[in-house]
Amino acid sequence: MTTSYGLLSIAVVIGSIAVLTYAIRGSFIALIGQLGGVPSGLATALQFVPAAVLAALVAPAVLFSDPAGGLAIDRVIAGSVAAGVAWRTENILATMAVGMGLVWIIGVLI
Amino acid sequence: MDQSDLRRGLSDAAPLLPGVIPFGLVAGIAGVNAGIGFVATVAFSVFAFAGASQLAALELLSVDAPLAIVVLTATIVNLRLLMYSASIAPYIHDMSAKSKAIVAYLLTDMSYALSIVEFRGERSVDRRAYYLGAAVVPWAAWQAATAVGYLLGTGVPTTWQLDFAVPLVFLALLAPAIEDRAGVAAAVVGGGIAVGGAGLPMNLGLLVGAIFGICAGMGAATLGWNGDD
Repeated sequence: MTTSYGLLSIAVVIGSIAVLTYAIRGSFIALIGQLGGVPSGLATALQFVPAAVLAALVAPAVLFSDPAGGLAIDRVIAGSVAAGVAWRTENILATMAVGMGLVWIIGVLI
Repeated sequence: MDQSDLRRGLSDAAPLLPGVIPFGLVAGIAGVNAGIGFVATVAFSVFAFAGASQLAALELLSVDAPLAIVVLTATIVNLRLLMYSASIAPYIHDMSAKSKAIVAYLLTDMSYALSIVEFRGERSVDRRAYYLGAAVVPWAAWQAATAVGYLLGTGVPTTWQLDFAVPLVFLALLAPAIEDRAGVAAAVVGGGIAVGGAGLPMNLGLLVGAIFGICAGMGAATLGWNGDD
């Protein structure tokens, strides 16, 4: 259904989100310059950001196609095999090809 | 600017297109459904450039949620960008202010994930060149797909599961991101908690999972699980 809000309200919303999002994105990038470096405790924590965030992005998406829909067996199987490929090759195209290929094949078979 | 690093960024980001384009089409279609018009839909993608938050905001607008809630929800959805900013900042410390501003604008799950793995790798790289190459691909695809999605007003069949392409890319990047057993702890806890929180609103499961994952990694590090495997 369409919104009842007028153009000005929409513009304010989009503008606000844009400004806040940019502030978030630029926050540490600008700050690190000011601080002259990263404090060592923070540096240790930051070391784990990629592993933690990537896992947090991957795991739900491999288990569910839709959080309300329940376990997606085709994705679990395809994702598990793709994980093995990722481990061995660290190659994006190979992982994608195996993962997508399997999810389609299994989707057809189920 | 190192041309070969720029090109490598472009080619490393190219496999992401099958995931980005449908997502961008959805952002365009969501604009149609919310009734905000073509200009606002495209402006949203250009100025906010944050897909998940755009979709969340458009959905809330279409049910006339209070404007403050729309903005707050979108902002919370985007909070993970704070972690990316902190994580990537030391690597771009030496860039000019103008370059940093551009890096910040282009910072997304994808540009972050590709770049952080590259920057932490062993070979020396012109980081600005690589990042721009890697980031401009999904950016351009996103803008084009938003516009096309709005004009088409229809979607890509969900049975194709093209949205599965994106987590596969992240999976391929997760492997090199785990450097020792502490990293394994971070990933296992991060992924586990995110799964547990998958039903939470505003993508909070992702944020909470990531935070716990980082804590788990730090805890493991104090146990001496870091260093080579």
